[in-house]
Amino acid sequence: MGILSNSVSLTRYRVDGELEEPIVDMISRRLKRYAISGITDETSEKLSGWTSFDTPFQPNFEGSSFVVGEYFVFALRIDKKTLSPKTVKKYCAVEEAKRLAETGREYLSRQEREMIEDQVVNMLMMRIPAMPNVYDLVWNYEQSCLWFFSTLKAANEELESLFLKTFKVPLVRLFPYTLADLAMGLADRDRDSLHNLASTSFLE
Amino acid sequence: MLDVAVSYNRYKFIGHEFLTWLWFAIEEDQGLDQVFEPSTSVDIGNRLVLENRKREAKETVTIKGDDAGLEEGRLALSKGAVVSEMNIVCRRGDQQWQVTLKAESFHMTGLRCPPTGPVETGADLEGAVLEKIFLCDQLIGVVDSLFSTFLQKRLSHGWQDREVPKVKRWIVA
Repeated sequence: MGILSNSVSLTRYRVDGELEEPIVDMISRRLKRYAISGITDETSEKLSGWTSFDTPFQPNFEGSSFVVGEYFVFALRIDKKTLSPKTVKKYCAVEEAKRLAETGREYLSRQEREMIEDQVVNMLMMRIPAMPNVYDLVWNYEQSCLWFFSTLKAANEELESLFLKTFKVPLVRLFPYTLADLAMGLADRDRDSLHNLASTSFLE
Repeated sequence: MLDVAVSYNRYKFIGHEFLTWLWFAIEEDQGLDQVFEPSTSVDIGNRLVLENRKREAKETVTIKGDDAGLEEGRLALSKGAVVSEMNIVCRRGDQQWQVTLKAESFHMTGLRCPPTGPVETGADLEGAVLEKIFLCDQLIGVVDSLFSTFLQKRLSHGWQDREVPKVKRWIVA
């Protein structure tokens, strides 16, 4: 979901670690290395990588093109091919009938049916285009915080994994406990109390 | 710090208690105006979701609508439910933000900021992005201020002795 959409969804993260200097050069270099490149293996189901937020289908990380004010703004793109089970079933039925006619047999073994299904899936995967999904992100390097403009579980997991692979530092999701522990400036005594909290009952 | 997955599950009640307390604090005028700068206000918006896990099966009560009555929500609270999602409207001067906050994850969905200027040329884009970041940051700042106020109360000795009895009285009032 784009940052400039009227209605956005947002997951907050803390960037947990130090990055090597000079920051902009390093980020540019690593974004280029892990930029989405287009599907090279036509049978692969999914491909993900970084892209530019303003030109998501032509990634460009030259110079400081991803720097907006004090923020780094770019996007995660996930291209995914989705096959409908009904389509697979239809093509399998056609292939199985053809095989039976060729061999003059009445039945195919389980192994033969599985082989046909694999061939059908591969053939269909090569024919259908991947559907791109683009998720913007805003990274405030100075404050070690990052906003990811999606709350989808799969997209967030892909972000966490690719970010770690790219920048060698993990992202920590900010949910109530981690927000309290990491971003609310609690004194040590309060952090101890937080760690020992038990739930409250509001029942009489 | 604890493992993230472990702490997510172990402390998920913090978000439920926060939103439940926030509803109480908004309705009972618990000095939230002192949390923000003048001319800022926070209200419950058009969606409130409560969950009750006290029994074997999870029960969910969803209240939707711009002027929906929240009596059924209070009734659910009195039976042991907690708030799991709340739509919040924040107003500052003539600007308005709206967002649904999920208790467990603090995911923000349906976040609407005051309108930004149109993007007609490539040169407008950077300004529009910065403006949108600024506006999102304003709302996140309000949510963090509310959460910080809750935490100060929640981590103090007065939580069980003073705050919880007030919330209990409000639930059954």
